Amino acid sequence: MSSIGSKGALAGLAAFAAAIVLAPFLLPDYYQSVLIVAGFFAILSMGLNLLLGYAGQISLGHAAFYGLSAYASGILTATYHWPVPAGVAAGVLLSGVTAALIGIPTLKLKGHYLAMGTLGFGVIVYIVLNEAVGLTAGPSGFTGIPRLSAFGRTFTSDREYYFIVWGIAFLLFVLAQNLVHSRMGRALRAIHTSESAASVLGIDVPRYKAFVFVLSAVYAGIAGALYAHFVTFVSPGSFSFNASVQIVTMVVLGGMASLWGALAGAVFLTVLPEWLRAIENYDILIYGAILILTMRFLPGGLAEGACRLLSRVRRLFRGKKADAAVLPDAGREDA
Amino acid sequence: MPFSSLLQFFVSGVTVGATYGLTALGFTMIYNTTGIINFAQGEFVMLGGMLAVFSMTWGGLPLPAAVPLAVLLVTAIGVAVDRLTIRPMRGRPPVTLVIVTIGISILLRGGAMLVFGKDTHSLPPFSEGAAIPIAGASLLPQTLWVVGITIAVVAAMKMFFDRTITGKAMLACACDRRAASLMGINVDVMVTLSFAFSALVGALGGVILAPITLTAYDVGVLLGIKGFAACILGGLGNPFGAVAGGLIIGVLESMGAGILSSGYKDAIAFVILLALLFLRPSGLFGKASADRV
Amino acid sequence: MRGIRKVMAALLGTALLTGGAAFAAEPIRIGAIFSVTGPAAFLGEPERNTARMLEEEINRQGGLLGRKIELVVYDDESDPTKAVIAVDRLLKKDKVSAIIGPSTTGSTMAIAPKAEEAKVPLVSCAAAIDIVSPVRKFVFKTPQSDVLAVRQIYRHAKKAGIRKMAILTASDAFGAAGRKELKELAGKFDMMIVADEVFGPKDTDMNAQLAKIKGTPAQAIVCWGTNPGPAVVARNRTQLGIAMPLYMSHGVASNKFIELAGKENAEGILLPAGRLIVDEQVAAKHPQKKLLAKYAGDYEKRFKAPVSSFGGYAYDALSLLAHAIKAGKSAEPAAVRDALEKTRGFWATTGEFTFTPADHNGLTEEAFVMVRITKGGWEMLK
Repeated sequence: MSSIGSKGALAGLAAFAAAIVLAPFLLPDYYQSVLIVAGFFAILSMGLNLLLGYAGQISLGHAAFYGLSAYASGILTATYHWPVPAGVAAGVLLSGVTAALIGIPTLKLKGHYLAMGTLGFGVIVYIVLNEAVGLTAGPSGFTGIPRLSAFGRTFTSDREYYFIVWGIAFLLFVLAQNLVHSRMGRALRAIHTSESAASVLGIDVPRYKAFVFVLSAVYAGIAGALYAHFVTFVSPGSFSFNASVQIVTMVVLGGMASLWGALAGAVFLTVLPEWLRAIENYDILIYGAILILTMRFLPGGLAEGACRLLSRVRRLFRGKKADAAVLPDAGREDA
Repeated sequence: MPFSSLLQFFVSGVTVGATYGLTALGFTMIYNTTGIINFAQGEFVMLGGMLAVFSMTWGGLPLPAAVPLAVLLVTAIGVAVDRLTIRPMRGRPPVTLVIVTIGISILLRGGAMLVFGKDTHSLPPFSEGAAIPIAGASLLPQTLWVVGITIAVVAAMKMFFDRTITGKAMLACACDRRAASLMGINVDVMVTLSFAFSALVGALGGVILAPITLTAYDVGVLLGIKGFAACILGGLGNPFGAVAGGLIIGVLESMGAGILSSGYKDAIAFVILLALLFLRPSGLFGKASADRV
Repeated sequence: MRGIRKVMAALLGTALLTGGAAFAAEPIRIGAIFSVTGPAAFLGEPERNTARMLEEEINRQGGLLGRKIELVVYDDESDPTKAVIAVDRLLKKDKVSAIIGPSTTGSTMAIAPKAEEAKVPLVSCAAAIDIVSPVRKFVFKTPQSDVLAVRQIYRHAKKAGIRKMAILTASDAFGAAGRKELKELAGKFDMMIVADEVFGPKDTDMNAQLAKIKGTPAQAIVCWGTNPGPAVVARNRTQLGIAMPLYMSHGVASNKFIELAGKENAEGILLPAGRLIVDEQVAAKHPQKKLLAKYAGDYEKRFKAPVSSFGGYAYDALSLLAHAIKAGKSAEPAAVRDALEKTRGFWATTGEFTFTPADHNGLTEEAFVMVRITKGGWEMLK
């Protein structure tokens, strides 16, 4: 992908903001809760993309951070009557601190071993959520979580919630974008390419890895707390191994090392099942097939596919000469 | 805790552990030629059991015919998976291929659900007979089949990788695919072969386990996780380690359930697994690997 | 205003009655959310099938209030988050009069606030008592609460002189709910719980738990779960030669369980169940007799699968709604709710429903009978 100049970046951000504002007016009303759920996954996959896409470290247990924060915020506000903002803060903090603690030994593992380490952590958290019945209400799920509120105002309508979730997603996007274009981002990419080479260059590899791990857990924690106060109910099933795999799938399908890709993957995979509702029963096959075909024909994920499409459209607008040059190329790709 | 109970925990652990070990063997096969973890491995196991069940109920075949037929069919599916999805994407980053195997697992599981339905099924045991008592514990005759076949499969795999030229060629592909192909090894054939073998081993596992564990379209998920854990614990790529890892996890779970807490048994097993990994980052029987990204 | 509206309604009614054949009225839409796929598919599949079957039957008989009914079914994939998305669609896009389902307690708890807010009645097919306690104005449920099943078991055990009980429950929502009631009610029946073990819903070996129970002074075991776990428990119990009585929950009340456990391993297992499973043994005069025989016969003929009490929950939910729409002569959500709450003595597959403002489940212990598995079949105990 071409490097993003500040002008291009600003245009992108403006387009993103416009899309957030316009979506609820352009789409039918019943899409609101789909888009809210997509917002949770967008935050989750942006966070995981920092870790997986940029730093090249896999996590198959990311749903654990999502769940820890959701449960912590839910329990503190419902059982212990904390104010909601305090519960959310505590939930996010718990995710971050847990990541710092388990990150130190886990990130020493490499490749598939790291995948296993994070998977094992996810399984352990899942079991604790199931078994600590006194605290979490166990497999039946934890009920009675209050809706999100702040400054003495409770946000009950879905529309308000939509703007809150996507507003936060937007801020987190800007934060992540600044990060990946900083010194930090370059260091992470160096680690992705080769850890030994990076450390020879004087990059403190374990520290950078731990930092990005904690940051991605904080993103997951924010998504988790927002989720808990939206659904007002949490159960362990939402934070299982399957959920972790789903987040990884969103990142890879959207496009590794691309924040736009993380957004695209999250929104696409959340909305897709809604489109597939019409073909009841066979939806699962189509879902699997789309996963395989996207990876087959869009190696760089949805983001790269969209970029290619965009540049082709641009070339088309440049007049007849360019047009003639483009067409055979287009024909070949479609075949 | 009486000795007979401890023995029972051990026997149960070995039975369950053999399940994990057999699944892990399939992972090892494909890892050894492609370097990827095949997330559809659990589905091969599921298909083995389900196809055997339905060869009997729909096809009216007797058990001795249903078993080889099921194994054969799954092997064919393994080859098809490689030809249709993995081969056209050779050389892509491992994460991409892992997502593709996730897609395959969704397809196979969904297909099995649509064709065979969502019910759980049982397969008759291979040999008749009541449980065998040993020092106060008891053992199902089918467990002997499971343990026996697992040992035979490990031995055969070990021989194959150590003694045959094809086996060595497959290992060479895992080490460095380009170098292997420069040496005149047909990498495509090796990868296809590894998918065939791993589907075969998986299906065999599914068939011999179904009489004990019952089977359904979705049993592959849990087996996949546990099998993956087993081959990581044993050290990736080592068939002996994979089975040993499976047995260790099975026994840990069973002992954990019996002695400590049945609710936390899986957590206990995973905590110990993580502790072992932190001490030995390449698994119990794995070679310390160089930085290969 | 009111007068005008009445006249309009009367005119409209006449128009509908006279022109009903020519101008088919807009159908009455009823939403349904079932876990057709995912871990709770064992509930959602028979529920979806049953609801579809009943929808056709109602329409064959001319529908309700002269209108056809249209069932809009969404699959929540056993995921509460998906249920929230689905209920939004039912409320905002399909504009349904009422909703049946979801199949699981989790999904029900997740969407109950939405139904309340939209003032659309929800008749859940999930078991936990939390769904209707405290009572929510618009939320009802059809399955018997677990507490009724636990009482039946404890009463039976007490009569048999059992004082020390081992419990072995699945670590899913169904098992956890049973475990909670088993522990809470033990004192009331002078039961002492001497072992409290759990198993994962997908576990394939319960020998460790059973061997541990064998070493305790337990006189009987209660196992709470849905297939396949309890079938494995029954098999392992034979393997270990455990002779003490084994009680199970209504979660295994289907022929599938006997098939999975094996006839010899299922022999003698005791459980509380709805009368559906023993419909042939129900006294001819019993008000449920005809209904059960018809439902079981139709279902098995059509879907070539053994009938289970789970499908019955959806049957009851839809027929309760149909009854309420007819009784209240309106398909307006608020009117349906009010009529539903006035339902008295309505016999369905699960039992006799009598809703009141304080009771939105409306069943009594009478909904269960104790049965024993004998020679691969079900024997109703007196």
